[in-house]
Amino acid sequence: MAEKKIGRQTLQFSSTPIITSWASVVGPMEEKGALGDKFDLVLTDNLAGEKTWEKAEQKMMQYSIELALEKQSLLPKDLDFYLAGDLLNQIICANFTARALNTPFIGLYGACSTLAEGLCMAGLILDGGFAERIGVSASSHHDSAEKQYRTPTELGDQRPMTAQWTVTGSASYLVEKTGNGIMLTHATIGRIIDLGSSNAQNLGEAMAPAAMDTIKTHFEDLGRSEKDYDLIVTGDLGLLGHSILKELLKEKGISSDNFNDCGIMIYNPDQDTHMGGSGCGCSAVVLAAHLIERLQSGQYQRILFIGTGALLSPLSTFQGETIPCIAHAVVLESK
Amino acid sequence: MELLKAFVLGGLICLIGQLVMDLTPFNFSSADILVTYVTIGAILSAFGLYQPLIDWGGAGATVPLSGFGHSLAQGAIEGVKTRGLLGALGGGLAATSTGVAVAIVFGLVFATFTQPKG
Repeated sequence: MAEKKIGRQTLQFSSTPIITSWASVVGPMEEKGALGDKFDLVLTDNLAGEKTWEKAEQKMMQYSIELALEKQSLLPKDLDFYLAGDLLNQIICANFTARALNTPFIGLYGACSTLAEGLCMAGLILDGGFAERIGVSASSHHDSAEKQYRTPTELGDQRPMTAQWTVTGSASYLVEKTGNGIMLTHATIGRIIDLGSSNAQNLGEAMAPAAMDTIKTHFEDLGRSEKDYDLIVTGDLGLLGHSILKELLKEKGISSDNFNDCGIMIYNPDQDTHMGGSGCGCSAVVLAAHLIERLQSGQYQRILFIGTGALLSPLSTFQGETIPCIAHAVVLESK
Repeated sequence: MELLKAFVLGGLICLIGQLVMDLTPFNFSSADILVTYVTIGAILSAFGLYQPLIDWGGAGATVPLSGFGHSLAQGAIEGVKTRGLLGALGGGLAATSTGVAVAIVFGLVFATFTQPKG
Protein backbone atom coordinates (compact mmCIF):
# COMPACT_ATOMS: atom_id res chain seq x y z
CA MET A 1 0.00 0.00 0.00
CA ALA A 2 1.53 3.27 -1.10
CA GLU A 3 1.24 5.73 1.76
CA LYS A 4 1.10 8.93 -0.20
CA LYS A 5 -0.94 7.76 -3.18
CA ILE A 6 -4.67 8.30 -3.06
CA GLY A 7 -6.96 6.42 -5.40
CA ARG A 8 -5.69 5.47 -8.82
CA GLN A 9 -3.42 8.34 -9.86
CA THR A 10 -3.23 11.08 -7.23
CA LEU A 11 -0.28 11.85 -4.99
CA GLN A 12 -0.62 13.69 -1.69
CA PHE A 13 2.55 15.48 -0.60
CA SER A 14 2.87 15.12 3.14
CA SER A 15 5.60 17.74 3.57
CA THR A 16 3.92 20.25 1.21
CA PRO A 17 6.60 21.65 -1.12
CA ILE A 18 6.52 25.41 -1.66
CA ILE A 19 6.95 27.30 -4.93
CA THR A 20 9.08 30.17 -3.70
CA SER A 21 10.09 31.97 -6.86
CA TRP A 22 9.03 32.21 -10.48
CA ALA A 23 9.98 34.19 -13.57
CA SER A 24 8.71 34.46 -17.13
CA VAL A 25 10.37 35.56 -20.36
CA VAL A 26 8.36 35.98 -23.58
CA GLY A 27 8.58 37.25 -27.16
CA PRO A 28 7.08 40.46 -28.60
CA MET A 29 3.87 38.74 -29.77
CA GLU A 30 3.07 37.68 -26.20
CA GLU A 31 3.76 41.19 -24.93
CA LYS A 32 0.97 42.43 -27.20
CA GLY A 33 -1.35 39.81 -25.68
CA ALA A 34 -3.81 40.01 -22.83
CA LEU A 35 -1.14 39.57 -20.12
CA GLY A 36 1.40 41.81 -21.86
CA ASP A 37 2.60 43.90 -18.94
CA LYS A 38 2.91 41.04 -16.45
CA PHE A 39 5.95 39.20 -17.79
CA ASP A 40 9.35 39.70 -16.21
CA LEU A 41 11.27 40.11 -19.45
CA VAL A 42 10.31 40.58 -23.11
CA LEU A 43 12.64 39.78 -26.02
CA THR A 44 13.08 42.55 -28.58
CA ASP A 45 12.38 40.09 -31.39
CA ASN A 46 12.07 36.32 -31.90
CA LEU A 47 15.81 35.97 -32.55
CA ALA A 48 16.92 37.88 -29.43
CA GLY A 49 20.21 38.78 -31.08
CA GLU A 50 21.03 35.16 -31.91
CA LYS A 51 21.59 33.53 -35.29
CA THR A 52 18.93 30.86 -34.91
CA TRP A 53 15.54 30.53 -33.25
CA GLU A 54 16.78 27.53 -31.31
CA LYS A 55 19.55 29.62 -29.73
CA ALA A 56 17.04 32.35 -28.94
CA GLU A 57 14.79 29.81 -27.20
CA GLN A 58 17.69 28.46 -25.16
CA LYS A 59 18.68 31.99 -24.14
CA MET A 60 15.10 32.64 -23.05
CA MET A 61 15.03 29.51 -20.86
CA GLN A 62 18.34 30.43 -19.27
CA TYR A 63 17.18 33.99 -18.60
CA SER A 64 14.05 32.69 -16.89
CA ILE A 65 15.83 30.34 -14.47
CA GLU A 66 18.47 32.97 -13.74
CA LEU A 67 15.73 35.50 -12.99
CA ALA A 68 13.89 33.07 -10.71
CA LEU A 69 17.14 32.44 -8.81
CA GLU A 70 17.98 36.14 -8.69
CA LYS A 71 14.63 36.99 -7.08
CA GLN A 72 15.70 34.85 -4.10
CA SER A 73 19.32 36.01 -4.27
CA LEU A 74 20.42 32.48 -5.14
CA LEU A 75 22.91 30.97 -7.57
CA PRO A 76 22.60 27.84 -9.76
CA LYS A 77 24.84 25.95 -7.33
CA ASP A 78 22.13 26.36 -4.69
CA LEU A 79 19.86 24.01 -6.66
CA ASP A 80 19.88 20.32 -5.76
CA PHE A 81 18.34 19.40 -9.10
CA TYR A 82 17.25 21.11 -12.27
CA LEU A 83 14.24 19.70 -14.14
CA ALA A 84 13.50 21.12 -17.57
CA GLY A 85 12.04 20.37 -20.96
CA ASP A 86 11.05 21.95 -24.26
CA LEU A 87 9.61 20.95 -27.63
CA LEU A 88 12.75 20.57 -29.71
CA ASN A 89 14.35 17.26 -30.66
CA GLN A 90 16.08 15.61 -27.70
CA ILE A 91 14.94 18.59 -25.53
CA ILE A 92 18.04 20.41 -26.66
CA CYS A 93 17.19 23.82 -25.13
CA ALA A 94 16.90 22.22 -21.70
CA ASN A 95 20.17 20.32 -22.22
CA PHE A 96 22.09 23.48 -23.12
CA THR A 97 20.53 25.40 -20.22
CA ALA A 98 21.51 22.64 -17.81
CA ARG A 99 25.03 22.76 -19.29
CA ALA A 100 25.22 26.43 -18.36
CA LEU A 101 23.79 25.91 -14.86
CA ASN A 102 26.08 22.98 -14.09
CA THR A 103 23.65 21.39 -11.60
CA PRO A 104 22.37 17.79 -11.50
CA PHE A 105 19.81 17.65 -14.30
CA ILE A 106 16.78 15.56 -15.14
CA GLY A 107 15.42 16.20 -18.64
CA LEU A 108 11.66 16.06 -19.12
CA TYR A 109 9.53 15.61 -22.19
CA GLY A 110 5.81 16.04 -21.78
CA ALA A 111 5.20 18.34 -24.77
CA CYS A 112 2.95 21.15 -23.52
CA SER A 113 2.40 19.36 -20.20
CA THR A 114 6.12 19.70 -19.37
CA LEU A 115 5.72 22.33 -16.66
CA ALA A 116 2.98 20.42 -14.83
CA GLU A 117 5.09 17.26 -15.17
CA GLY A 118 8.10 19.14 -13.78
CA LEU A 119 6.14 20.43 -10.78
CA CYS A 120 4.86 16.87 -10.09
CA MET A 121 8.41 15.52 -10.22
CA ALA A 122 9.79 18.33 -8.07
CA GLY A 123 7.10 17.58 -5.50
CA LEU A 124 8.01 13.88 -5.52
CA ILE A 125 11.73 14.50 -5.07
CA LEU A 126 11.22 17.06 -2.30
CA ASP A 127 8.61 15.00 -0.46
CA GLY A 128 10.87 11.98 -0.73
CA GLY A 129 13.50 13.92 1.15
CA PHE A 130 16.01 13.84 -1.70
CA ALA A 131 16.40 17.59 -2.11
CA GLU A 132 15.78 20.96 -0.50
CA ARG A 133 15.53 23.14 -3.58
CA ILE A 134 14.70 22.30 -7.21
CA GLY A 135 14.57 24.44 -10.34
CA VAL A 136 11.90 23.69 -12.95
CA SER A 137 11.78 25.23 -16.45
CA ALA A 138 9.73 24.81 -19.61
CA SER A 139 10.02 26.68 -22.87
CA SER A 140 8.68 26.88 -26.41
CA HIS A 141 9.36 29.15 -29.34
CA HIS A 142 6.86 29.81 -32.12
CA ASP A 143 9.29 29.63 -35.02
CA SER A 144 11.43 26.72 -33.83
CA ALA A 145 8.28 24.71 -33.07
CA GLU A 146 6.62 25.45 -36.42
CA LYS A 147 9.82 24.42 -38.17
CA GLN A 148 10.03 21.16 -36.26
CA TYR A 149 6.42 20.04 -36.13
CA ARG A 150 4.78 21.48 -39.21
CA THR A 151 6.06 22.86 -42.52
CA PRO A 152 9.06 25.14 -43.05
CA THR A 153 7.96 28.65 -42.11
CA GLU A 154 9.32 30.08 -45.36
CA LEU A 155 6.94 27.86 -47.34
CA GLY A 156 4.15 30.14 -46.17
CA ASP A 157 1.39 27.51 -45.87
CA GLN A 158 -1.97 28.83 -44.72
CA ARG A 159 -2.70 27.94 -41.09
CA PRO A 160 -6.11 26.26 -40.80
CA MET A 161 -8.63 27.89 -38.45
CA THR A 162 -8.25 25.02 -35.95
CA ALA A 163 -4.53 25.77 -35.46
CA GLN A 164 -3.09 27.31 -32.31
CA TRP A 165 -0.13 29.66 -32.06
CA THR A 166 2.91 28.23 -30.30
CA VAL A 167 3.87 30.65 -27.55
CA THR A 168 7.37 32.11 -27.59
CA GLY A 169 8.08 32.01 -23.91
CA SER A 170 9.79 30.31 -21.05
CA ALA A 171 9.08 30.25 -17.34
CA SER A 172 11.08 28.86 -14.44
CA TYR A 173 10.12 28.03 -10.88
CA LEU A 174 11.95 27.26 -7.68
CA VAL A 175 10.28 24.57 -5.60
CA GLU A 176 11.57 24.25 -2.06
CA LYS A 177 11.05 22.15 1.04
CA THR A 178 10.41 25.24 3.15
CA GLY A 179 9.91 28.93 2.47
CA ASN A 180 7.30 31.48 1.60
CA GLY A 181 5.17 31.14 -1.50
CA ILE A 182 2.58 28.87 -3.03
CA MET A 183 1.89 25.40 -1.64
CA LEU A 184 2.00 22.34 -3.89
CA THR A 185 -0.37 19.95 -2.14
CA HIS A 186 -1.38 17.25 -4.64
CA ALA A 187 -0.51 15.98 -8.09
CA THR A 188 -2.47 13.74 -10.41
CA ILE A 189 -0.34 11.89 -12.94
CA GLY A 190 -2.17 11.47 -16.24
CA ARG A 191 -2.71 8.46 -18.48
CA ILE A 192 -2.19 8.52 -22.24
CA ILE A 193 -5.52 9.09 -23.92
CA ASP A 194 -5.70 8.70 -27.71
CA LEU A 195 -9.13 8.78 -29.28
CA GLY A 196 -7.76 8.51 -32.81
CA SER A 197 -7.27 12.13 -33.81
CA SER A 198 -4.26 12.58 -36.09
CA ASN A 199 -4.52 16.24 -37.14
CA ALA A 200 -1.39 18.04 -35.97
CA GLN A 201 -3.12 21.34 -36.76
CA ASN A 202 -5.92 20.65 -34.30
CA LEU A 203 -4.32 19.64 -31.02
CA GLY A 204 -7.04 21.10 -28.79
CA GLU A 205 -9.50 18.53 -30.03
CA ALA A 206 -6.99 15.71 -29.50
CA MET A 207 -6.05 16.81 -25.96
CA ALA A 208 -9.48 17.64 -24.50
CA PRO A 209 -10.34 13.98 -23.64
CA ALA A 210 -6.99 13.59 -21.83
CA ALA A 211 -7.71 16.70 -19.76
CA MET A 212 -11.19 15.35 -19.01
CA ASP A 213 -9.79 11.99 -17.89
CA THR A 214 -7.30 13.57 -15.48
CA ILE A 215 -9.86 16.00 -14.03
CA LYS A 216 -12.40 13.23 -13.47
CA THR A 217 -9.82 10.92 -11.89
CA HIS A 218 -8.54 13.75 -9.69
CA PHE A 219 -12.03 14.43 -8.36
CA GLU A 220 -12.71 10.72 -7.77
CA ASP A 221 -9.36 10.10 -6.07
CA LEU A 222 -9.70 13.01 -3.64
CA GLY A 223 -13.47 13.00 -3.29
CA ARG A 224 -13.48 16.61 -4.45
CA SER A 225 -15.55 18.47 -7.01
CA GLU A 226 -15.16 21.58 -9.14
CA LYS A 227 -16.60 23.57 -6.22
CA ASP A 228 -13.46 22.92 -4.17
CA TYR A 229 -11.41 25.09 -6.52
CA ASP A 230 -11.44 28.80 -7.27
CA LEU A 231 -10.12 28.05 -10.73
CA ILE A 232 -9.54 24.94 -12.80
CA VAL A 233 -7.20 25.84 -15.60
CA THR A 234 -5.99 23.70 -18.49
CA GLY A 235 -2.69 24.33 -20.27
CA ASP A 236 -3.31 24.89 -23.95
CA LEU A 237 -6.56 23.40 -25.21
CA GLY A 238 -7.35 26.64 -27.02
CA LEU A 239 -10.85 27.84 -27.86
CA LEU A 240 -11.91 24.69 -29.67
CA GLY A 241 -10.40 22.24 -27.18
CA HIS A 242 -11.86 24.23 -24.29
CA SER A 243 -15.35 24.12 -25.74
CA ILE A 244 -14.98 20.35 -26.32
CA LEU A 245 -13.89 19.94 -22.70
CA LYS A 246 -16.95 21.91 -21.59
CA GLU A 247 -19.16 19.52 -23.56
CA LEU A 248 -17.45 16.52 -21.99
CA LEU A 249 -17.84 18.04 -18.51
CA LYS A 250 -21.51 18.69 -19.16
CA GLU A 251 -22.01 15.02 -20.02
CA LYS A 252 -20.56 14.10 -16.63
CA GLY A 253 -22.69 16.70 -14.88
CA ILE A 254 -19.71 18.87 -13.92
CA SER A 255 -20.27 22.63 -14.01
CA SER A 256 -17.62 24.42 -16.09
CA ASP A 257 -18.16 27.93 -14.66
CA ASN A 258 -14.74 28.16 -13.00
CA PHE A 259 -12.84 26.52 -15.88
CA ASN A 260 -10.43 28.44 -18.08
CA ASP A 261 -7.51 27.73 -20.39
CA CYS A 262 -4.05 29.35 -20.56
CA GLY A 263 -4.16 29.19 -24.37
CA ILE A 264 -7.23 31.42 -24.32
CA MET A 265 -5.89 33.76 -21.63
CA ILE A 266 -2.53 34.64 -23.17
CA TYR A 267 -3.46 36.38 -26.44
CA ASN A 268 -5.97 39.02 -27.43
CA PRO A 269 -8.71 37.88 -29.82
CA ASP A 270 -7.51 40.34 -32.50
CA GLN A 271 -4.04 38.77 -32.70
CA ASP A 272 -5.11 36.30 -35.39
CA THR A 273 -3.82 33.25 -33.56
CA HIS A 274 -7.01 31.36 -34.53
CA MET A 275 -7.64 29.04 -31.54
CA GLY A 276 -5.24 30.71 -29.07
CA GLY A 277 -1.85 29.79 -27.65
CA SER A 278 -0.08 26.45 -27.23
CA GLY A 279 3.36 25.04 -26.44
CA CYS A 280 5.26 24.34 -23.21
CA GLY A 281 5.74 28.06 -22.77
CA CYS A 282 2.00 28.80 -22.85
CA SER A 283 0.90 27.33 -19.53
CA ALA A 284 4.34 28.00 -18.01
CA VAL A 285 4.28 31.77 -18.54
CA VAL A 286 0.56 32.20 -17.80
CA LEU A 287 1.01 30.45 -14.45
CA ALA A 288 4.08 32.52 -13.58
CA ALA A 289 2.85 35.90 -14.79
CA HIS A 290 -0.80 35.70 -13.88
CA LEU A 291 -2.21 32.74 -11.90
CA ILE A 292 0.47 32.51 -9.22
CA GLU A 293 0.26 36.25 -8.62
CA ARG A 294 -3.47 35.82 -7.97
CA LEU A 295 -2.78 33.00 -5.53
CA GLN A 296 -0.18 35.20 -3.87
CA SER A 297 -2.58 38.11 -3.51
CA GLY A 298 -5.26 35.84 -2.07
CA GLN A 299 -7.66 36.33 -4.98
CA TYR A 300 -7.51 32.57 -5.44
CA GLN A 301 -7.20 30.21 -2.48
CA ARG A 302 -6.81 26.97 -4.37
CA ILE A 303 -6.47 26.18 -8.07
CA LEU A 304 -6.15 23.02 -10.14
CA PHE A 305 -3.53 23.50 -12.85
CA ILE A 306 -3.64 20.90 -15.63
CA GLY A 307 -0.81 20.74 -18.16
CA THR A 308 -2.05 19.20 -21.41
CA GLY A 309 0.40 17.59 -23.82
CA ALA A 310 0.03 16.23 -27.34
CA LEU A 311 2.86 13.71 -27.48
CA LEU A 312 3.19 13.51 -31.24
CA SER A 313 6.45 13.51 -33.15
CA PRO A 314 7.06 14.88 -36.66
CA LEU A 315 7.76 11.32 -37.82
CA SER A 316 4.56 9.91 -36.33
CA THR A 317 2.63 12.67 -38.11
CA PHE A 318 4.28 11.84 -41.45
CA GLN A 319 3.46 8.17 -40.96
CA GLY A 320 -0.19 9.02 -40.30
CA GLU A 321 -0.19 7.90 -36.67
CA THR A 322 -2.76 9.18 -34.19
CA ILE A 323 -1.79 11.57 -31.38
CA PRO A 324 -1.20 10.19 -27.87
CA CYS A 325 -2.26 12.87 -25.37
CA ILE A 326 -1.63 13.33 -21.68
CA ALA A 327 -2.66 15.68 -18.88
CA HIS A 328 -0.96 16.09 -15.51
CA ALA A 329 -2.63 18.10 -12.75
CA VAL A 330 -1.21 19.87 -9.71
CA VAL A 331 -3.10 21.51 -6.86
CA LEU A 332 -1.72 24.90 -5.88
CA GLU A 333 -2.83 26.70 -2.71
CA SER A 334 -2.02 30.09 -1.30
CA LYS A 335 -0.25 29.88 2.02
CA MET B 1 -6.97 42.85 -70.84
CA GLU B 2 -4.17 40.33 -71.22
CA LEU B 3 -3.09 40.99 -67.63
CA LEU B 4 -6.63 40.63 -66.33
CA LYS B 5 -7.10 37.29 -68.11
CA ALA B 6 -3.79 35.99 -66.73
CA PHE B 7 -4.81 37.14 -63.24
CA VAL B 8 -8.22 35.47 -63.44
CA LEU B 9 -6.96 32.16 -64.82
CA GLY B 10 -3.87 31.94 -62.58
CA GLY B 11 -5.94 32.95 -59.59
CA LEU B 12 -8.58 30.34 -60.36
CA ILE B 13 -6.00 27.56 -60.68
CA CYS B 14 -4.47 28.50 -57.32
CA LEU B 15 -7.87 28.96 -55.68
CA ILE B 16 -8.81 25.40 -56.64
CA GLY B 17 -5.58 24.18 -55.00
CA GLN B 18 -6.29 26.09 -51.79
CA LEU B 19 -9.90 24.86 -51.67
CA VAL B 20 -8.78 21.27 -52.21
CA MET B 21 -6.46 21.65 -49.19
CA ASP B 22 -9.12 23.31 -47.05
CA LEU B 23 -12.06 21.09 -47.92
CA THR B 24 -10.42 17.66 -48.01
CA PRO B 25 -9.10 15.82 -44.94
CA PHE B 26 -6.21 17.78 -43.43
CA ASN B 27 -3.44 15.43 -44.55
CA PHE B 28 -3.61 16.73 -48.13
CA SER B 29 -0.62 19.07 -47.91
CA SER B 30 0.77 21.78 -50.18
CA ALA B 31 3.38 19.25 -51.37
CA ASP B 32 0.58 16.94 -52.49
CA ILE B 33 -0.97 19.82 -54.44
CA LEU B 34 2.39 20.48 -56.09
CA VAL B 35 2.77 16.92 -57.40
CA THR B 36 -0.89 16.60 -58.34
CA TYR B 37 -0.80 19.84 -60.36
CA VAL B 38 2.27 18.79 -62.34
CA THR B 39 0.59 15.47 -63.14
CA ILE B 40 -2.76 17.00 -64.06
CA GLY B 41 -1.01 19.58 -66.26
CA ALA B 42 0.85 16.83 -68.11
CA ILE B 43 -2.28 14.74 -68.61
CA LEU B 44 -4.38 17.69 -69.85
CA SER B 45 -1.54 18.66 -72.15
CA ALA B 46 -1.30 15.16 -73.62
CA PHE B 47 -4.96 15.40 -74.65
CA GLY B 48 -4.36 18.86 -76.08
CA LEU B 49 -6.50 20.53 -73.43
CA TYR B 50 -3.85 22.73 -71.82
CA GLN B 51 -2.74 24.75 -74.85
CA PRO B 52 -6.18 26.46 -75.14
CA LEU B 53 -5.79 27.65 -71.54
CA ILE B 54 -2.41 29.19 -72.36
CA ASP B 55 -3.81 30.80 -75.52
CA TRP B 56 -6.50 32.45 -73.40
CA GLY B 57 -4.73 33.23 -70.11
CA GLY B 58 -1.03 33.33 -71.02
CA ALA B 59 1.17 33.42 -67.93
CA GLY B 60 -1.90 32.66 -65.80
CA ALA B 61 -1.63 29.11 -67.16
CA THR B 62 2.13 28.76 -67.62
CA VAL B 63 3.32 30.04 -64.23
CA PRO B 64 1.35 27.62 -61.95
CA LEU B 65 2.85 24.14 -61.65
CA SER B 66 0.34 22.68 -64.07
CA GLY B 67 2.21 24.73 -66.70
CA PHE B 68 5.37 22.84 -65.80
CA GLY B 69 3.50 19.58 -66.37
CA HIS B 70 2.38 20.91 -69.75
CA SER B 71 5.99 21.71 -70.73
CA LEU B 72 7.10 18.23 -69.68
CA ALA B 73 4.39 16.57 -71.76
CA GLN B 74 4.92 18.74 -74.85
CA GLY B 75 8.70 18.18 -74.59
CA ALA B 76 8.20 14.43 -74.48
CA ILE B 77 5.90 14.52 -77.53
CA GLU B 78 8.40 16.68 -79.40
CA GLY B 79 11.24 14.32 -78.36
CA VAL B 80 9.46 11.31 -79.83
CA LYS B 81 8.87 13.16 -83.12
CA THR B 82 12.53 14.08 -83.57
CA ARG B 83 14.43 11.26 -81.86
CA GLY B 84 12.07 8.31 -81.70
CA LEU B 85 10.73 6.60 -78.60
CA LEU B 86 13.83 7.32 -76.49
CA GLY B 87 13.11 11.01 -77.01
CA ALA B 88 10.10 10.58 -74.69
CA LEU B 89 12.52 10.24 -71.79
CA GLY B 90 14.83 13.14 -72.61
CA GLY B 91 12.39 15.46 -74.35
CA GLY B 92 10.53 16.53 -71.25
CA LEU B 93 13.70 17.40 -69.40
CA ALA B 94 15.19 19.18 -72.42
CA ALA B 95 12.07 21.34 -72.80
CA THR B 96 12.07 22.35 -69.12
CA SER B 97 15.84 22.59 -68.71
CA THR B 98 15.94 26.40 -68.78
CA GLY B 99 13.37 26.66 -66.00
CA VAL B 100 15.06 24.01 -63.88
CA ALA B 101 18.50 25.61 -64.36
CA VAL B 102 17.09 29.04 -63.44
CA ALA B 103 15.62 27.56 -60.25
CA ILE B 104 18.97 26.06 -59.30
CA VAL B 105 20.98 29.22 -60.10
CA PHE B 106 18.59 31.54 -58.26
CA GLY B 107 18.47 29.10 -55.36
CA LEU B 108 22.25 29.34 -55.15
CA VAL B 109 22.21 33.14 -55.40
CA PHE B 110 19.61 33.48 -52.63
CA ALA B 111 21.33 30.92 -50.41
CA THR B 112 24.53 32.94 -50.76
CA PHE B 113 23.00 36.21 -49.66
CA THR B 114 20.31 35.11 -47.22
CA GLN B 115 20.13 32.64 -44.37
CA PRO B 116 16.96 30.54 -44.34
CA LYS B 117 16.06 29.58 -40.79
CA GLY B 118 12.84 27.61 -41.21
